[in-house]
Amino acid sequence: MNLDDLRQEVSEWLDANWSPDRSLVEWRNILLEGGWAAPDWPEDCFGRGFDAGQVAVVNEVFAGKGAVGAAQVGPRRLAAETILVHGSDDQKKRYLPPILTGEHAWCQLFSEPGSGSDLAGASTRAELVDGQWIINGQKVWNTSAHHADFGILVARTDWDLPKHQGLSYFLINMRQPGVEARPLRQMNGHASFNEVFMTDAVVPAEDLMGGQGNGWAVATTTLSIERQGFARGRTPTVGREPKEGPIYEELAAELEIANEPYTWYPQREGRVDLVLPRAKETGAIKDPAVRQEIARLMCLSGGASLAAASAAAQRKSGSNEVIPAGSIGKLGASVIARQAAHVHTMISGADAMLSGPESAEEGMIAETLISVPAISIAGGTDEIQRNIISERVLGMPKEQRSDTGPFRDIKRNVT
Amino acid sequence: MQAAYTEDQEQFREVVSRFLKAKSTATEVRRLMASSEGYDSAVWQQLCGEVGLAGTHIPEEYGGFGFGPIELGIVSEEMGRHLYCGPFFASSVMAGYALLNGATETHKSAILPDIASGAKIATLVLDNLNNPEKVGSVLKATDEHVVSGTASIVVDAHIADLLIVAASTSDGLGLYLINAGAQGVSITPQEALDPTRKISRVSFTEVNGERIGWLTEGLLSRTWDQICSALAHEMIGGAQHLFESTVEYTKVRVQFGRPIGSFQALKHRCADLLMELEFAKAATHHAAFCLASDDGEPYAASMAKAMASDTYMEAARAGVQLRGGIGFTWEEDTHLWYKRAKSSEVFMGSPPMHRERMMKMIETASSQNNGEQP
Repeated sequence: MNLDDLRQEVSEWLDANWSPDRSLVEWRNILLEGGWAAPDWPEDCFGRGFDAGQVAVVNEVFAGKGAVGAAQVGPRRLAAETILVHGSDDQKKRYLPPILTGEHAWCQLFSEPGSGSDLAGASTRAELVDGQWIINGQKVWNTSAHHADFGILVARTDWDLPKHQGLSYFLINMRQPGVEARPLRQMNGHASFNEVFMTDAVVPAEDLMGGQGNGWAVATTTLSIERQGFARGRTPTVGREPKEGPIYEELAAELEIANEPYTWYPQREGRVDLVLPRAKETGAIKDPAVRQEIARLMCLSGGASLAAASAAAQRKSGSNEVIPAGSIGKLGASVIARQAAHVHTMISGADAMLSGPESAEEGMIAETLISVPAISIAGGTDEIQRNIISERVLGMPKEQRSDTGPFRDIKRNVT
Repeated sequence: MQAAYTEDQEQFREVVSRFLKAKSTATEVRRLMASSEGYDSAVWQQLCGEVGLAGTHIPEEYGGFGFGPIELGIVSEEMGRHLYCGPFFASSVMAGYALLNGATETHKSAILPDIASGAKIATLVLDNLNNPEKVGSVLKATDEHVVSGTASIVVDAHIADLLIVAASTSDGLGLYLINAGAQGVSITPQEALDPTRKISRVSFTEVNGERIGWLTEGLLSRTWDQICSALAHEMIGGAQHLFESTVEYTKVRVQFGRPIGSFQALKHRCADLLMELEFAKAATHHAAFCLASDDGEPYAASMAKAMASDTYMEAARAGVQLRGGIGFTWEEDTHLWYKRAKSSEVFMGSPPMHRERMMKMIETASSQNNGEQP
């Protein structure tokens, strides 16, 4: 189908079906039945197998008419995309529709207090008792777990196999007595994550996904989706301007909850955008030492975006050269954030001792100074990125391992 | 504006690289750096004639190849990688760009073909290599075109036929053509920290020059940018050579019963260096893309020179350090690139000068956007 026909088809379908007076779930069910909730998904799985160009057209028509799309913010996307790859037909049928309609929120249950960078060292137990899995253990850094309906969970099903081989991947109902989510307060005062305690929590046998002992492979899928970010297009973003109608109020409430954990994310990246305006406003731009540091920052952030653009251009031209844009970009983001915080500190001087809404940029500078340490940890620490770059890109030899053999014999953190 | 090289440009790089790999081996570099001329005239003639590189960026009407800053960047990058010893940078890049920007049509037609063909070697005589704003403070010319003063650092003047001299006059910075053998010209070879790039002190005692044009503030700035873009490419090429050879060394050198490249202390340093190198390389290529399209950030060349300088030195430090003791020996080749890195760091402006130059350009651009007077 050419894109103009597609544009017309979507437009006609919306004219016949879209109404802002429906409830959010009611509308999204219509969307689902019409096949417009996830047009990039396969045809046998609620989608239309559209490529990025076709999806962009669909999004454009939806936005033009102010039509609301499927739910997509937050970790539910990670769950959905992983189920799409590894789920059974039954799992897809049961779990994917309520994700798209927004009825079910999801969370990710991977990291543990005892296994952070070393994710495959997870020691949450899953034991098969009377035909169902009984889960015991603790997870951490679980965004949105406190209002999630389900979680994607990595747990150990075999302690006698090497660590990567003894893991399995589960879809767990969070609304049960054996699961407790507690907010985890961070050094910047926000509580964007949770700790999740599982005590004899239950997962039905059919909700082990991707096969027993295959958890690491499934988790790798989730992690690669996570690294790709949420950049891939999906229907409908409503336009920016506020719109009247009950469905928009429901949507606004949904987004507020889903986006709440991320309000400080621009600050953890260093707020490079505020550097020049602040330097001018305070007069620090006249200080030669500050000027040098601002220019260094511009070199770093300019170099990082040029390197990313050049990698993208080379991928497009089908060049064979391997450009490790992901890990290098991640490492670059840390360096940029640190340099930006350093410059903001120089610009503010003693005013950097203040925080809160009365302080510079309504507290955003202070929040930046105490949020940047997160960027070099979240999503794989700088040290892990350096291992990836040196081993996979530069081909340097791997560190000698001391975690081979049966998992139960490997040295672990004392819990 | 381009964001990546075209296929033709990649093929051009292949040709250049093959030639230099054959002609500019480490053994050859060592032979030439110990010689007083510092270059092999047969290879230079081949480079000018058969390969046609000396006129890479010189328009066809002046006998050149008619390429632009991007292809010149490619040539420079490969020369830096192989540490080519010869008058390319002085004659084609420095003198070539000064003439292209500042000389009259007549003089361009008269001089550039000889530079492009290699029939003559030229060099640009600047009395200050630190900052374009300071050029013209020592070399002076009278209204009768009599040039006096000393330029303490002039690249490849000892083998130059033509001196292209920037000297200040009562009407601004003039561009003069002076034959190297002219009465009153004294060219004294200096001991260079980087023996692969020869330096002389050039003194003019009431020398009769021929004024061939002007380098106004804007033209001088443009010339400086173009030279810095080429230099940054050369540095990025050298940095890549050092980086690659160092990483390979860590894979084969064994200590404590394992390759030293398996130690995280070394792996992490290499990973950081790769990041820095990728950023500097992208910024450097971008500077050429900007110059070629006359678009983009006005400070792109200064950004490239600042980043390439810091990165080349970091690669050079790591090159010595990760090799340990052997890296500090004369026998090992690393010091050849280390010295080029150190010398290039301060050639045509140090990183702090270029960062300050960036800031001034950013301020000018933003006040223009706001409709203010700069």
